[in-house]
Amino acid sequence: MVVIGGLFALLIVAMALFAGSLAPSPPDEPDFDRIESAPRAAALFGTDRFGRDVLSRVIYGSRISLYVALVSVGTAMVAGGVLGLAGGYLGGAWDNVINRVMDVFFSIPGLLLAVGIAAMRGPGVNSAVIAIAIVYTPLFTRVMRAPVLAEREKDYVQAVRALGATRLAVALKHVLPNVMSPFVVQGTIAFSQAILIEASLSYLGLSAQPPTPSWGNMLNEGRTYLETAPWISVFPGIAIMVSVLAFNLIGDGLRDILDPNVQ
Amino acid sequence: MGRYFVVRAYSMALTLLGLTVLIFLMLRLIPGTVVEQMIGADAVVSPEMVAQLRHFFGLDQPWWVQYSRWLGGLVQGDLGTSWRTGKPVIRLILERLPVTVELTLLAVGWALALGIAAGIVSAVRRDRAVDNVVRVGALLGLSVPVFWQGTMLILFFSIYLRWMPPVVWVDFLTDPRRNLTIMLLPVLCLGTASAANIARTTRACMLDVLRSEYIRTAAAKGLSHRAVVLGHALKNALIPIVTVAGLQMGILLGGTVVVEEVFTLPGVGRLVLWSIYQRDYPLTQSTILFVAILFMAINLAVDVLYGYLDPRIRYGD
Repeated sequence: MVVIGGLFALLIVAMALFAGSLAPSPPDEPDFDRIESAPRAAALFGTDRFGRDVLSRVIYGSRISLYVALVSVGTAMVAGGVLGLAGGYLGGAWDNVINRVMDVFFSIPGLLLAVGIAAMRGPGVNSAVIAIAIVYTPLFTRVMRAPVLAEREKDYVQAVRALGATRLAVALKHVLPNVMSPFVVQGTIAFSQAILIEASLSYLGLSAQPPTPSWGNMLNEGRTYLETAPWISVFPGIAIMVSVLAFNLIGDGLRDILDPNVQ
Repeated sequence: MGRYFVVRAYSMALTLLGLTVLIFLMLRLIPGTVVEQMIGADAVVSPEMVAQLRHFFGLDQPWWVQYSRWLGGLVQGDLGTSWRTGKPVIRLILERLPVTVELTLLAVGWALALGIAAGIVSAVRRDRAVDNVVRVGALLGLSVPVFWQGTMLILFFSIYLRWMPPVVWVDFLTDPRRNLTIMLLPVLCLGTASAANIARTTRACMLDVLRSEYIRTAAAKGLSHRAVVLGHALKNALIPIVTVAGLQMGILLGGTVVVEEVFTLPGVGRLVLWSIYQRDYPLTQSTILFVAILFMAINLAVDVLYGYLDPRIRYGD
């Protein structure tokens, strides 16, 4: 599963990196001679209402999805990781305060929180990044905290402490490497979900703004032309699904490999 | 059990208090207020009038005065009055709540029915063709964006079947048939990912249970295969399924924002979005708080049900 997912994921990453060479034409180049033309050899995915090549826009659209997912989940992993490690390892008042604050974020359904934050900040790619990072930070805090709590009681931690290592050194050098597996698995799954949330935000007009192509905003634009040019809506949707599926497969596979108990 | 509820209620109250601060401050960070939103970009309005409007909405007060006023109202059960419509917030929420609740419940029902059935079949026929179909289907179900699925269903129904669901909203009590026809596509879309999740959990739990000794004993006693699977195995596999379904209900509650927007359903999700765009602070604040309370209540209900299904779990001991 990891291999199949990995291959698809590589394909999508390559698509984003080499969009300039792979795309048959620039994503925002109109061609008024072929407005809303159906898929054929000259335009494999057809063209949209301005005659722009849908395939090229799908290829360029991967950049927004991957960028938002990578930066937001990366930020959430760092922030959540630090908070979870600090709370779990230090315990006491720190842990209590961090937990209480995270409970507040957990009390709102994730997608509603993301939509709310993005709508409040105003539309834009950065709004999507911030919204998704805020939604996922509490999750990563929890995923980090629970195993740290168990790990810090183990004998080897006491032993290293007795040898005179500082608390920071023990937490980073000894506890952290032992609790990384569930964290990484969660990261991969969150990555796939972040692609979905970004697409939802884009669809609602809260992430990347036209003419910059993103899979979500292409779907939104295509809605009006559903009866005359369904291909405008079909292909970006397939792109979203394949990407999410790829990272889900990696996440599932990694979980099976790293943690046989959770199968 | 009593002590458990007291602790839980205390913790929920604390979280809600934190949430009021968070929502309140976040709203104040948005550039622009209801006054700019009302005046619009092009209108020429005297600074005196702007000041009067700000005074009218209490925006000239320091933030802690505004916050304590809102909190004071909440304690007395008053969610405030919407600035843009002039109506009490609670009335606006209650007008739209049935749509969101109906959508969520129908989606959960659909997800449970499909997910549990698919999960059982998949586990019982492990590694056969039907198992592979369910597993691939579940992975696809988890990966498909709700709004795209909605668009594709509309495309399929309108172009290939020449049938379009009615557009104008009718509530269930007025015309149940028409109401359910309108709800059909939104419910299908909203429930798919949850059905996939429930199917995966059901399959995993059933496989676990089916391996156990007591199932072998039940089969050896001569019970029919159906009785063993449904009467003995499923009952014990239900605990994790209930937990997943409960979690899914919360996720679905959030998902209604997108689905209501795609299918233009007049629910609470769209009310939140509209109120944010309008900078209608009292409406946004209280509606999000209301959804959060609903969300917490669902989580609490799941925990209680959990204890009922598994008598070994005793709260507060």
